Amino acid sequence: MGSLSEGDKVDDDAEIIAEFLVESHENLDQLDRDLVELERAPGSRELLSSIFRTIHTIKGTSGFLAFNRLEALTHVGENLLSRLRDGEMELTPPVAQSLLTMVDTVRALLGSVEETGKDTAAAVDVDVVVAALKVALEGPTAAEPVEAVEVAEVAEVPVAEVAEVVEVPVAEVAEVVALPVAPTPVFEPVPDLLPEFVADVVADDDEPAKRAVVDASVRVDVDLLDSLVQLVGELVLTRNQVLQRTETAEDIELVRAVQRLDLVASELQEGIMKTRMQPIGQVWSKMPRIVRDLALQLGREVDLQMEGHDTELDRSLLEALKGPLTHLVRNALDHGIETPADRVAAGKPSQGRLLLRSFHESGQVVVEISDDGKGIDPDTILRFAIERGVVTRDQAARMETREVINLIFRPGFSTAAEVTNVSGRGVGMDVVRTNIERIGGTVDMQSQVGQGTTCRVRIPLTLAIIPALVIGEGEETYAIPQANLVELVRLEAEDMARSVEVVAGAPLLRLRGHLLPLVSMAEVLGRPRPDAEALTVVVVQADDMRFGICVDKVHDTQEIVVKPIGRQLKLLPTYAGATIMGDGRVALILDVPGIAHAHAVAQTVTQSKSAQDSRTAEEESSTALLVLEVGGGRRAALPLREVSRLEEFSVDRIERSGNAEAVQYRDGILPLVRLAGAIGLVESVREDDQVSVVVHESGTSRVGIVIDRVLDVVEASVVCSEVGRRAGVLGSAVIQDRVTDLVDLDAVVALSGVGA
Amino acid sequence: MDHQSQYCTFWVDGLFFGVPVSSVQEVLRYQQLTVVPSAPEAIQGLINLRGQIVTAVDLRYRLGLPARADDALPMNVIVRSRGEVVSLLVDDIGDVITVDTSPRSGLELEPAPANVPSVVQDVVSGVLALPEAVLLVLDADRAADVSVALETTTGGTP
Repeated sequence: MGSLSEGDKVDDDAEIIAEFLVESHENLDQLDRDLVELERAPGSRELLSSIFRTIHTIKGTSGFLAFNRLEALTHVGENLLSRLRDGEMELTPPVAQSLLTMVDTVRALLGSVEETGKDTAAAVDVDVVVAALKVALEGPTAAEPVEAVEVAEVAEVPVAEVAEVVEVPVAEVAEVVALPVAPTPVFEPVPDLLPEFVADVVADDDEPAKRAVVDASVRVDVDLLDSLVQLVGELVLTRNQVLQRTETAEDIELVRAVQRLDLVASELQEGIMKTRMQPIGQVWSKMPRIVRDLALQLGREVDLQMEGHDTELDRSLLEALKGPLTHLVRNALDHGIETPADRVAAGKPSQGRLLLRSFHESGQVVVEISDDGKGIDPDTILRFAIERGVVTRDQAARMETREVINLIFRPGFSTAAEVTNVSGRGVGMDVVRTNIERIGGTVDMQSQVGQGTTCRVRIPLTLAIIPALVIGEGEETYAIPQANLVELVRLEAEDMARSVEVVAGAPLLRLRGHLLPLVSMAEVLGRPRPDAEALTVVVVQADDMRFGICVDKVHDTQEIVVKPIGRQLKLLPTYAGATIMGDGRVALILDVPGIAHAHAVAQTVTQSKSAQDSRTAEEESSTALLVLEVGGGRRAALPLREVSRLEEFSVDRIERSGNAEAVQYRDGILPLVRLAGAIGLVESVREDDQVSVVVHESGTSRVGIVIDRVLDVVEASVVCSEVGRRAGVLGSAVIQDRVTDLVDLDAVVALSGVGA
Repeated sequence: MDHQSQYCTFWVDGLFFGVPVSSVQEVLRYQQLTVVPSAPEAIQGLINLRGQIVTAVDLRYRLGLPARADDALPMNVIVRSRGEVVSLLVDDIGDVITVDTSPRSGLELEPAPANVPSVVQDVVSGVLALPEAVLLVLDADRAADVSVALETTTGGTP
């Protein structure tokens, strides 16, 4: 490093600011947790000191970096905290609220720093918060506040300066010094003298000790880690290839070298995977605040407990898990835990319990969210599911309680439910499940009426490398993720005759008293089902469906590196990705949930049990339809499979360009088409300022179709008549005993100018 | 210099194509393909390109041309398209040619003549009437876009 040029200096500053931001965000998460904890245990010196320290650090650094508004804000907050810590004030709910507001404002300011490099964003109103803090500061004990504050100010400056100077040598001897100095009781004997001063000494003495820990780790760019993971994947593959080649090698030296390579590669892989691991505590640190706010808003009393903070999983998975977990926690509070009055009436303590638990189990991470609320009533669910056409009455009659409860994850169920009942929340449980399945996980709900609900999410440790069963079909090789694997069953000719039955065209395996639907690998791949003399069945499980895939050959289990496949193949439900085998050939990874859905295995079960051939034909031609109201009382229907989401937008979100209407939606623009106009009806006026929109996606383009409201989802075999055929309408049909227009989706979509 | 364009040329069923070299990553001999059952016909399979999985789109199918003779092995023109790498399977590889499209050369990219089949027009951004042949300038992105007809995937019955 020679002399610093101007550019170097700017870079240095940017780096310091970036570090400051990362550190402060971590600190703020800690702060949220501490403050919520504090409300439960007011007066805890330890917590108050910790909070004080965090704010103090932010204040110090922001002063140093000349973020004046941030400094002013944290300064007042610090004063308030110091008085709380010294027992001069009590932590009342309003005070706690003002502190939380301060934390939020600090976060907003940091956001502004991150975006613009300055803390002067006009949108963040610091003065109001400062005023609120000052009110809290002068609140109950307005008698002698001025002096204390002044002492604090006087004491602080020199100490901070000293700390700057001493830093380097202290850090070096930190390990020696930290032990005798760190214990908090140090300032207990002299609280009257100069509490601020002593506290600062303690705080600053803590710093070097902490820094020593920080020095032991290095911040690494995530992109770099990702590329390392990629490279290790390659290395593992190459190793597999080399291993295969040298199995028969005579050269002892070569064999020895390969063994060593094998070992090193495995260890390297393990090590690299570890670098991407992060504790789940990172997600959980946000929960206390969410639960607190939500509990307040919903009028619940909730005791949040969390176990297994340090359970680690791949950071990309952790990222993907955030949304679903938050949703499940919200759900537990919203629909699980009752109001205090209801709880007391039910003979439970008024405070509900929400337990988050995470642990490792057989190579997977399990996250449990359980509450002791009112539970889910299977009868209600079932009634609702039948109403919505999610299941038929026949199917319903044969479902086990657990299956019934898990119906809430079905798309048909939740979209319909969300729009009509719970309103306005947008994301349903089906989205939770989709998101969890996308990362190779599963979710399962168990509930006892009156006693509570437990939601169990299982996720793989990492996405990049998974164990899989390799099977052969003809000349081809496929991989089935181990996570979906239940067991392997081999049936010789005589066993086959005994335990395989074909009911209504659907082959079934009697396995320990249960009927298991069978799908042959050939069928999965879109080929005719072969006649086999013996069967090898891979029993797999996806969500609540268990079925068997008949395969030609079972090879072995291997660690495979999951690779993405091109956009041309993403829409195929059969494949989850691809991998490269030991011989360098590409093998496709089967998507078990996708296969289950595509081959309607769930349906096969019920069909076979009812064993009614007549019904099969009917079901084959029937489609799920979304029935809706448009143009003031007219009924129209469109195929449910064309509907990707149902949304409600506030009218003032609609923006116009020319004659076209659009809303901003998921980081993009969603063009809107008014269905009434598109099919020649008169637009009706709604009283509330909301519009109901059916989101249709095809390829990469999306269109929102504005309707009056959703009436129902029905499963019906539709006979389309020419009656009422016109632009935008294919014809009409009788659905639920009423004449309903069948929407010509293509024509309607074309009006939006998209999709053509 | 501004008016010079370089094209990587190849033949598909007698048609003379060119792709701007900027979108070509490399050209490879025949590679072993892993078939993808129930994929659209034009997807001939997947190849392992140094650890990366690349979809191979057969331009003969993509352009609605008759299939290649069984013993004729296609070549791979590996192109970058919409952030992915895609292999276009072609009959034979030609030279990389430099075309002078400055006004004084009298050559410019013209729209494809109207009587060229629409499936070819779809993937061509224009034609260059070179002295010795007509070069069809391929739009790699559009050539690599193969929509998946979902109906082909759900059928359990043949």
